[in-house]
Amino acid sequence: MFSLQLDAVVPMLCVTLGALAAMAGEALRGKGPRMPVGWFGIIGLVGAAVSAVILWNPTPEAFREDFGVIVADNFGLFVTLVLAAVGILTVMFSSQVIHRDNLPAGEYYALVLFSIVGMMMMATATDLLVIFVALEVLSLAVYVLTGIRRDNQASTEAAFKYFLLGAISSAFFLYGIAFTYGVTHSTRLAAVSQFVLSAQSASSEPMVLIALGLLLVGFAFKISAVPFHMWTPDAYEGAPAIVTGFMSTGVKAAAFAAFARVFLSSFEPLRDLSPVGPGWAPVVAAIAAATMILGTVVGVAQGNLKRMLAYSSIAHGGYLLVGLVAGGPVGKASILFYLLAYSVTNLAAFGVIAMLGARDRANDSLRDYAGLWHTNPGLAALMTVCLLSLGGLPPTAGFIGKWYIFQAAVSAGYYWLAIIGVLTSVVSVFFYLRVVVMMYMAERDGAHEPARVTGFGMVALALSIAVIFYLGILPTPVLDFAGKSIATIF
Amino acid sequence: MLLTASWALPLAGAILLLLVPNRDGSRNGVIRWLALALSVAAFAVTLLIWARFDSSSADFQMVERMPWIPAFGIDYYVGIDGISLLLVVLTGVLTPIALLSSWEGIEKKVKEFSIFILALEAAMIGVFISLDLFLFYVFWDAMLIPMYFLIGIWGYDQRIYAAIKFMLYTMAGSVLMLVAILALAYMHSESAGTYTFDLLKLYTLNIPPATQTWLFLAFAVAFAIKVPLFPFHTWLPDAHVQAPTAGSIILAGVLLKMGTYGLVRFAFPLFPAAAHEFAPWIAGLAVIGIVYGALVAMVQPDMKKLVAYSSVSHLGFVVLGICAMNVQGLQGAVYQMLAHGVSTGGLFLLVGMLSDRRHTRLISEFGGLKSSMPRLTAAFLIITLASIGMPALNGFIGEFLTMLGAFLWDPRFVVVAGLGVILSAVYMLWMFQRVYLGTITHDENATLPDLRPREWASVLPLCALAIAMGVFPSLFLAPMELSVKKVVERVQSGQPARAHNERQNATGTRHIVSVSSPSER
Repeated sequence: MFSLQLDAVVPMLCVTLGALAAMAGEALRGKGPRMPVGWFGIIGLVGAAVSAVILWNPTPEAFREDFGVIVADNFGLFVTLVLAAVGILTVMFSSQVIHRDNLPAGEYYALVLFSIVGMMMMATATDLLVIFVALEVLSLAVYVLTGIRRDNQASTEAAFKYFLLGAISSAFFLYGIAFTYGVTHSTRLAAVSQFVLSAQSASSEPMVLIALGLLLVGFAFKISAVPFHMWTPDAYEGAPAIVTGFMSTGVKAAAFAAFARVFLSSFEPLRDLSPVGPGWAPVVAAIAAATMILGTVVGVAQGNLKRMLAYSSIAHGGYLLVGLVAGGPVGKASILFYLLAYSVTNLAAFGVIAMLGARDRANDSLRDYAGLWHTNPGLAALMTVCLLSLGGLPPTAGFIGKWYIFQAAVSAGYYWLAIIGVLTSVVSVFFYLRVVVMMYMAERDGAHEPARVTGFGMVALALSIAVIFYLGILPTPVLDFAGKSIATIF
Repeated sequence: MLLTASWALPLAGAILLLLVPNRDGSRNGVIRWLALALSVAAFAVTLLIWARFDSSSADFQMVERMPWIPAFGIDYYVGIDGISLLLVVLTGVLTPIALLSSWEGIEKKVKEFSIFILALEAAMIGVFISLDLFLFYVFWDAMLIPMYFLIGIWGYDQRIYAAIKFMLYTMAGSVLMLVAILALAYMHSESAGTYTFDLLKLYTLNIPPATQTWLFLAFAVAFAIKVPLFPFHTWLPDAHVQAPTAGSIILAGVLLKMGTYGLVRFAFPLFPAAAHEFAPWIAGLAVIGIVYGALVAMVQPDMKKLVAYSSVSHLGFVVLGICAMNVQGLQGAVYQMLAHGVSTGGLFLLVGMLSDRRHTRLISEFGGLKSSMPRLTAAFLIITLASIGMPALNGFIGEFLTMLGAFLWDPRFVVVAGLGVILSAVYMLWMFQRVYLGTITHDENATLPDLRPREWASVLPLCALAIAMGVFPSLFLAPMELSVKKVVERVQSGQPARAHNERQNATGTRHIVSVSSPSER
């Protein structure tokens, strides 16, 4: 059972080394010169991506990298790649804002990278306790990142709220693990799966349902599903824009990967039927519906762009949950594809917000975008593409992602979820369009200094846009990739 | 390759224009000419398609097919038949005219304006040639984006409200159609083992009547909003009135036809049993729209709004012809689509010229224009008569055939629809009278310049088409003949047996068609 193969942790090692190098670089640099510590991060992340590609198992069943509790199966590797992309884009965007906002570069990059390590671990772990450790690793780093502007009240408040609620959700999750262990005598997903499969008779413990429920609450907190979303708008609004972009994509991707792994493999038999009645699918379906509806409807009323996108990211969590409820090969693959499409799009949108900010002013209220087209036509166009992709309009990644999710829902018979999904998409288009209206159709007010976007930031934006259109127009390679990724574990 | 070229050329043109640096507006002239040249080239491609089109075949022609997302049987699959052929050509005609109409009216951001017009053309042609439902939906939705910007940036005072209303209304309808499309693909995978979005394969899908009802409703509502069918029309007056002239021309000329085209191509043939059940209801809404649109048009003080409501009325005839689902009715419907595109496009063009000159569109601000601008008056008269349905002009053939078809199906609808014909003469001629005849009441109107050469270039083709379509209808009816028959057969074969006398009618009145179409033997 315990075969030690280091290969499986190589991606994480690469990122860890990058993070350590960033820390060491910051510590060793002289007082005056600025060190481009971001490069260490990029090197580490590219290393992770490359090793993930090398580790890719062409014949999923025959060969499997296994480091005991960490497994480098294709599913995990796909999410690892998504996370590497999120990390690379985040570092590139950050390089634009970090000096402007006077953030401590070394600490900042190290925290970003360490949280990515946690995310990757969460996506590839096959033991509930390791998932928990990974969750804590990434959460702690993200709490600090949220409050990294110590002189900023909103930032500190956001970090505090996020920390308190995050701690409570961790407790729920840990309780869930404890109950699971109590029932199944193991925290290994494989063993849990065995137990659940064998104990189909009515005599099996309803306790397993309590475990399931607690784990569900823990995950729901992390993916900010209704009704556990309360922390999201405040945390997203208070954090620096680029950190918000990072946590709204990276954390969500990692949490969803673990969520899918736990629920779609170990607890799959309890999907529709459990010892005391219905399984988890109806519950998750209800959560998905509530999440989509609340995220979009409340999003309409927001006047702050970051807060609006916070609600939009809640809604996108709802779409991902639809994929989870649908299950089956299409549903599982749709989660992976959607994670990639959503991550790149959302991160690019927050990248634009970050670049438009100034040291003394975040420039993130809707009014600040009035007439952006006249001052920064390029940024306005890029932002529009991101928003249209988030709204699910062709020919962008968001459209293909939503189609895939809804195809899964329809194929699994969840017509009502698909209908709620498409209708909330229309509502969400309404508030995305409010931003577009501001940028293109409202008059400038006052002197709005054109933001200067240079070097890395522009490259990152161009890359994101290229990915958004690539996934929207020629999605086949990635769809196939996602389809093959799910073959291994489920 | 021709079909791909027809939509890829405008799109490539849009991307090309994107690369022309024009921050300070110094290259506006170059961009205008370049955009016009590109749209004329695209028009040439559509004409070439028409030239190569084989009218003796009812099948889809010039088919191109490439796998796009093979795992779900999604193909890049395009082709045209007689129904889509002329709609593609219509799109090709109207786009250069739309660009010409905005030569002076659009001052700011000319580059972006031209890009959006060309992108819109690409998406519109894509809608008409798609034979894969997924591809169709992509074009259908993608089309909203440029139109939204055209209304929202270059429109009149209430443009933002109108743009958002247009976008959300259309999207709300079409997303439910998306769910229905996904359901169709899933049903195919259930029965045949593989997903497919291939329209021709889905035609043969055997769908239980109860399911058909739901799917048909999802499709029909999406198209009814686009047409727009009463009571889904409320977005149209806002969008039309607030849009810039070019936007109105394209909106009225092409976009509205997508709704009726969708009914002919998708909703009716895919779900014949449900269509049979709902046809009387839809026809009922259509005739309500005919009369309602006409009555509301009559009392409009604003010329653009008047023309907008007249569209609601005229499109009602198209829907009525489709609901009749016999050869005459459907031919009339397709003909009326083309005729309406030409005449209403022309009306918006001419109203736009007046509004460019006077910066108002209120009828009461005009009067006696005949003496100051006789040429524009003549052009307006031709288009007005065409719109009313005067014999020897394009509107007549379409209205006549649809009413004939509807009569063979259920004469009751025709009684009400006939009222609409009379009313359309009332509101159009009354407007003409108030604007052009009589004495000049406002001094500003005495010195208005008549048609300029550029305006001639945009008006003449439409007047010529209006006359040509009225005098030589067979030229336009011949290519669609067999395709229309095929659609009718497809729909009727999937329906419970129709009343005996009706079938007799359908065969017994063939000679009427053959009068208008010499190609039939």
